[in-house]
Order: sequence, then C-alpha cells, then structure tokens
Amino acid sequence: MKFAVIVFPGSNCDIDCYKAVEETVGQPVDYVWHTATDLSAYDAILVPGGFSYGDYLRCGAIARFAPVMSEVVKAAAQGKYILGICNGFQILTEAGLLPGALRRNEGLKFRCHSTLLEVVNNGTAFTNQYAPGEIIDIPIAHGEGNYYCDEATLAELKANGQIVFRYKAGANPNGSIEDIAGISNKAGNVVGMMPHPERAISQILGSEDGKRMFTSILNAWREKNGAAVNG
Amino acid sequence: MAQQLTAKEPTAEQIADQKIYQQFGVSDYEFELICGFLGRLPNYTEIGVFSVMWSEHCSYKNSKPILKKFPITGPRVLMGPGEGAGIVDIGDNQAVVFKIESHNHPSAVEPFQGAATGVGGIIRDIFSMGARPVALLNSLRFGRLENERVKYLFEHVVSGIAGYGNCIGIPTVAGEVMFDESYEGNPLVNAMCVGLIDHDKIQRGVAKGVGNPVFYVGPATGRDGIHGATFASVELSEESEEKRTAVQVGDPFMEKLVMEATLELIDSGIVLGIQDMGAAGLTCSSAEMASKAGNGLELYLDEVPQRETDMTPYEMMLSESQERMLFVVEPQHEAQAKEIFDRWGIICAKVGKVTDDGRLRLFHKGEQVADMPVTALVDECPVYDKPSKEPAYYAENGAIDTTAYAEVGDLTDALKQVLASPTVASKEWVYSQYDYMVRTSTAVQPGSDAAVVTIHGTRKALAMTTDCNGRYVYLDPEVGGRIAVAEAARNIVCSGAEPLAITDNLNFGNPEKPEVFWQLEKSADGMSEACRVLDTPVIGGNVSLYNENAKGAIYPTPVIGMVGLVHDVDHITTQGFKAAGDIIVLLGETKHEFGGSELQYVLQGKSEGRPPVIDLAVEKKLLNTVLAAIQQGLVASAHDLSEGGLAVALAESCISGKLGAEVNVATSLRADAALFSESQSRILLSVKPEQADKLIAHLNEQGVPNAQIGVVGGDGLTININGKPGVSAPVEQLEKVWKDAIPCLMK
Repeated sequence: MKFAVIVFPGSNCDIDCYKAVEETVGQPVDYVWHTATDLSAYDAILVPGGFSYGDYLRCGAIARFAPVMSEVVKAAAQGKYILGICNGFQILTEAGLLPGALRRNEGLKFRCHSTLLEVVNNGTAFTNQYAPGEIIDIPIAHGEGNYYCDEATLAELKANGQIVFRYKAGANPNGSIEDIAGISNKAGNVVGMMPHPERAISQILGSEDGKRMFTSILNAWREKNGAAVNG
Repeated sequence: MAQQLTAKEPTAEQIADQKIYQQFGVSDYEFELICGFLGRLPNYTEIGVFSVMWSEHCSYKNSKPILKKFPITGPRVLMGPGEGAGIVDIGDNQAVVFKIESHNHPSAVEPFQGAATGVGGIIRDIFSMGARPVALLNSLRFGRLENERVKYLFEHVVSGIAGYGNCIGIPTVAGEVMFDESYEGNPLVNAMCVGLIDHDKIQRGVAKGVGNPVFYVGPATGRDGIHGATFASVELSEESEEKRTAVQVGDPFMEKLVMEATLELIDSGIVLGIQDMGAAGLTCSSAEMASKAGNGLELYLDEVPQRETDMTPYEMMLSESQERMLFVVEPQHEAQAKEIFDRWGIICAKVGKVTDDGRLRLFHKGEQVADMPVTALVDECPVYDKPSKEPAYYAENGAIDTTAYAEVGDLTDALKQVLASPTVASKEWVYSQYDYMVRTSTAVQPGSDAAVVTIHGTRKALAMTTDCNGRYVYLDPEVGGRIAVAEAARNIVCSGAEPLAITDNLNFGNPEKPEVFWQLEKSADGMSEACRVLDTPVIGGNVSLYNENAKGAIYPTPVIGMVGLVHDVDHITTQGFKAAGDIIVLLGETKHEFGGSELQYVLQGKSEGRPPVIDLAVEKKLLNTVLAAIQQGLVASAHDLSEGGLAVALAESCISGKLGAEVNVATSLRADAALFSESQSRILLSVKPEQADKLIAHLNEQGVPNAQIGVVGGDGLTININGKPGVSAPVEQLEKVWKDAIPCLMK
C-alpha cells in the first residue's frame, strides 16, 4: 500500500505525517508537491496540517486551487482513502469533498493541548481498529477548528453515520456544533478531523491512541484488495 | 518624485554643520572619527549606514568590555559568539545550534508585531547557520497584571509569538513569564531558537571569493523598520509611539518558504557564505560578511527588490523588512541556486559582487552613492569603558533584615496567595496558545522545569530552559547573576540532562548611568563565575540596553537560555509525583532567606534586603549527584526549588502528578521560612520506596544534604512543621487557585 503526503507551501505537519506512516504501518510513503498532476500511484492521501499559503485568507481557501487538488478530488471519486488533518480538514471542506466549514474557535484563541475524543463511527476505513464509543486521547492545535454546518446537513451527517469523532462531552475546545471533531463524506472514504492523530503515536509524546488510525487504513485496504496482497 | 525625495536629504555639509548625525545617535566624537575614516564628510546614506553599524545593538560599544568576561570556549564548543548563533557538539556528527535575542523596544510600542518579528529574527539566525530549527523558547517580563496597559501588552505579545511560531511550524516548548512593576512600560520579550545540524553542514556569514556574486533572497524591501537598531539603542519616551515605523511587520509564511529553500540550498553544498538580514538589514549583513572574509563588497541597489516606489539608497540600506537573507555562491552555481528559490516561489536577485578592496561601495542609478571602508564600519566603532558606581540602594538593602518580618500565621493561605501570584501561577493561558507539539518531538511539554525535545533516529534528546530572577539580580547583581545560571542548570539536570552551554540576553537600563553599568558589570562577573564552575560556556547572546523610561530602569535581567543533553530518553524526568507510596526527599540546605522572594513580594509588596546566597561548589556537587542518580534510574520525579520555595515546589509536584502528599519537615527555622525561603541549591525528589535506600546512600556518599520529608499519596497536600500543622489543602483546590489566577486577571 502506498501513501502520499501532500505538501503545500506552508504545510508544517507534512514531516510528522510522513514519520507517522513509517512508524505505525511501515508502508511506502512519498511527499507530493502541490503542483503534482498525477496521484494514480497512491492508495491513501494525507492532507497534512499547517498554514497553507499562510492562511491569510480563510483557512484552506487558496490551497483548494492548487493543481494537486483536482487530483485529490479525482482520487476521492475513485474511492481512495483521503485523510485531512487540521488545515487538511479545512482544505477538504473548501474543496467541497466534505460538507460544512471550520470557523474561528469560540474563545478566539489558538489552542494546543491533548483532548479526549469519542469514536462515534468505527465503521470507517480510518477507525476500524477502535471500539465503538471508545474514548481516545488525541491532541489539538488550531485557531479555526469550530466546525459548523446547517441543520439539514447535520441531519444528513447523523443519518449517514458521517460523524466520526466527537469531543468528549463537556470538553469541546472550540465550540463546534454537536461537539464534532471529525467527519467523513457520504461514501466514508474521505475523513477530515481537527485533532492530530500523527502526534499521538508513541508514549513519549503522551499518547499512542492515534496509531490505530493508520493501522485502520492499512487494514481497510488489505480487506478491500484481498489478504493475499502484500504491501 | 525621486528627485524631490532625494532633495529632502540634507547635504554632507548640512549634516556636519547642523549636527544632524546626533539624531541618529552618533556623538560629535564619533562623527569626527567617521570623517577621519572617510577622509571627507559622510553623505546622508553613509552617515545612516555608520550610525546603525555603530549603534549599541550592532557594535556592542558599551557592552564589549562586559562580554569579554564570559568564558566562551569548551571541549564541545564548535562555534562561539560572533556568528548568527553558537554551536555545541552532541556527538555522532550532530550538533545543537542556539541563540536568544530580544525584541523589547518594538514590543513596547507594537506588541504583536514586535514579538512576532522577534521570533522570526531568531529563527533566521538558526537556519542561516544551516541548522533545522527544532524548538522555540521565550522569556517575558511585564508590569503588574492588574494594570490595563500591561494586560494589553501581555495579550498581544503572547499572540504575536504564537502567530509566528505556530504558522512556521516550530514548536514553542518552554519559557518563563514574570510580572513586576519594574517592567511597566518596558516589557521584555526575549526569544530563543534551538536547531540541529550535522557538523559538515555548518555555514558562516562570509563573503568569500573575489568576483563572486552576492544574492538577495526573500520578500522585497520596504520602508519598514528603518533605524530599528538605533531605536533599540535609546531610552523609550513619549516620542517612541511615533517610532512605530521602526517596528517591522512579520510574515511567518514567507519565512517558512525562505527557511525551506535556504536549507535546501545549503544542503546542495554550493553556498560559500550566508547571513540573515536582521538588525540594520542589508547594511549589517553585507558589511559583516565582507569583514569576516577580509574582502570588500559592491551592491547595485537598483537590483534590490523593492516593495515601494522611489526608495532611496538610504532607505534600502536601513530598512529592516523581514525574512530576507544574503548569500554568496560561485558564478557557475548561480542557476542552480536560482532554481531552488524559484521552486519555492521566492525572489532571488543578484545584487552585488565580492571585491578585494576592503570597501563597501553602493551604486544607484548609475552612480556610486557611498564608499566606506568595511573595517571602519564593523571593527572601528569606539569601545567605551563606562564609569561604574555602586548605587545607594545596594548599601541600604544590606541594612534591611528580612528575617525580622512578623511570622506568617496562616501558612495554607500564604501558599494560596503565592500560587495565585502571576509570576508563580500556571502559565497554561500562555502556552496553550502555542503549538508546542508540531514536529512530534516534544517529550516534556511546557510547565515542567525544562522542556525536552527528542532527536529523531537516536536515543538522545535536548533539554532546554530560560531563566532569570531579576529581583535577585537587582538586590545583588553578582549573586543574582550566579543564581540565574545555576537555576537554569538545575532545571536542565532535573529533566535528566547534562548542561551543555548557555546563550544570554543582557536586558538592562541605560548604561550611560554609572549605577546601571555597575549592575551590568557585577552581574556579568557572577554569570561568568557560574558558567566556569558549572562548565557551561557562553556560546552567543544579545545585549539589550536602554530598557528605561521616565519612571526609571527595569530590574537588571540577564536572561539565561540553557541547553542540555539527555543521553538516553529513559533518563527524561519530570516534576510531577508519579505514584502513591513514593518517598519525598529534599536535597540541600534551607536558610531563612526572604530577600527577593515571592512571599516577600506578595506580603510586603516589594523586593528588599539581600537575595539568597549561593555557593557554586555546593551547586555543582548537587547537580552532578542528582544527574548521576537520574541516570542510574533512582529518581521518580525531580523539581527545582525556586520562586515560592519548598511549599510551591511541593504543590507543583502534586498538581502536575495529580497526587497528594503527606509531608513533615523537621527544622530549626521558623515555619514560614522552612516553607517559603528561597535558599539556593535545593531540589525536591521522589523515589520508589524500594529504591529509597540506594538513593539515600548515593546522596550521602556524595555529601549532598538530604532529608526524607514525606510520602506521596492521597488527594491533599499536608505539610507539618516539626509535627505541628502547617499547610493543609486538597490538591484540587490548590490547582484551581494556581490555574485560574492568570485567566481571571485576563478576563
């Protein structure tokens, strides 16, 4: 299985995502420049955190126009696994791959700390190694992570099981609607989340709970492609 | 239009006759010297260039005699002061690069941009050496937090630091913030950056090879920051508000691109010399690079990318527009260098050429507009041995007996008051705004004695801290200087690391005042002595003088930034208690010392008397012994005793560990002294019961005074003194007091 980590000017969690793939699943992984026009070699695409193009405009609003994004949209339609973390989540909503938007944190300040998440849907390609309702410890670091969508979209998210993670009740750090921390598209192959699983892959960093997101992806891919596939 | 602007510039004769140079901080004597070096009167551009190069900020003309005192060599030092940052060997062909720098004056008038560009500047110092920046730290001082203006400064300085560090993706892992009215109107904003480098990648700022092209990279030059270095070298006054234009505007996104492109360029192996454009921008970088190579430099100013129209040579040379670098390659590598910057979308312009005549020549619109000897700019600024005089307050304080204060009755209440004092209180409000986890190497997060950052692909890690108690330094500069270094080393050792070296930021008042110079001199003596005894040479630093306004000078604040090496990640130790049943051991001797203490500040509302004494030989023994114990796996938690003494250290270890403790202190001192005295060279350890005997035997063998004072457990902190009740409170309650203090004041 082959992973791509997209690099926009201003991405700064690209190295962390790359290391996380190496250390958790040991699969081949490449940095892919924002100008790339072919993602056909990859099975999973990680859109990392950071401040793409400085985020001087609305977060992710410029990155969605990068040449590589039309390839990401194509890959999503082909059912490939796409994970947007933090700024990556913002970019995926701007690109229309995920519904809703990320607004400024309710407290108007950037917040960085560990958070407890509830795994709402463990049926996705990104969460199959977690138990339903499991509480996991994954850190956040963002200024604009206040997820919002209209009532109709919210109802749809719920009906389709698209809410993947919620902040633990009473511990919502940014004011997001219904404590939403991460969602998927309808097909379930595209997930965006504000917390950083790549920062929770070893005890020395404070938590290993993010590891299983990466092993989930590998597991899903193996199941889809048959256990005989090596990779 | 261009002619009109140029016409505004005074002629060489006018500059001399009307003494216009004085506005730039150049004295009559210095002006005469400059005329001598040129053999004629300087024109407007030249006097501008000389004035910034000869400002205190660039020339260290007032502090050089002080800086000479510092030990700057050691077996591990690969590069000492003089380049962008110092470098220390950490084995396996790797080295750590670090430096601290102040942005005090800009932050006083424009706190967000002032602090942000302070961070940007120090990051450039690190990556221009060829190092990958891995961590940021800071050291901040403000007035009393009840003051509205102070709240404004505090809030915006913190968001400025966060805005820059978070965007560029370098974790801000540690720092310190203290509040005292001495800093009202003169906040201190010191930023430190730590980087990692392979030995063979180390760069220097030299303009090597006559005939080689000189390149400018980064955003275009604007009119921002003109005379920033001069601004930093005078006292703040009401007119300072008008100098907002001397404060630059930061663009962390641009710096991220410049950083990645520069590291890629350096990695390619074609760079001969590289330096960032910091204080005094193009002027300082070009003159210093030429000087270090013993060469000259020609700059073609029409080629300098310009953000605004009709910029004059004077403006281009003095602009401090941010995120710019200057580098030299051989002509055959031009295309390769340009290609790297093109890929990152960064302007890269050939703006000059290395020459052999030792002169800095500037050309504009086909004419030579300035011609100055490089050595005169860089090396010939006069050095002043300022008069020094012991201030009257020093003798007066010697007569104050701080042991005569009425004994504190309610010790629990006193502990809560000290925990709620913003200097001691939790800084979570600050550091939760910083991304301290990006790069996924932060093993010990902000809030412990020192931060620890792991080194990818090895078992090693770096511990880092910033420290200085300005009250101690004010009360006795020499002792305070020693303590600043010792406390930093104690923090490093408590984290499980061996102290390597320091960078220092000397924040003082106006050195032209003999009493201020005396503080500078004495504290440097104390720091130097401590650095020698503790084997932590000074590998670089920064001097910020004139931190003074109509109300007077700040407390002398020589901030120490120290880095230590954790030899194995298994040695990493934190301050929080780990398990119920662990034995608590206090190391060192407690005396009745309240001078400069937090309890004194909270209860008496002032700092007076003499600070705690320190014996550096005792300190050294303590540090060696504790580090050995940690490395042998005998220590569960370690915490340095500093502001607030034993009581605060116990409370913090409980809060961080989410555990209570039952403590009984046997002492011949008054109960309040036993708990709140700030005697030096003390550390609080906890140890698993089965290892206690081994630890105590080790301590005794090394001759380190120690006392088993209690046991970890429960959910309350109880401290009895000689069996009598002293402090008793649920940890949760103490935590609330400690954590809520700053957020409450900032509401």
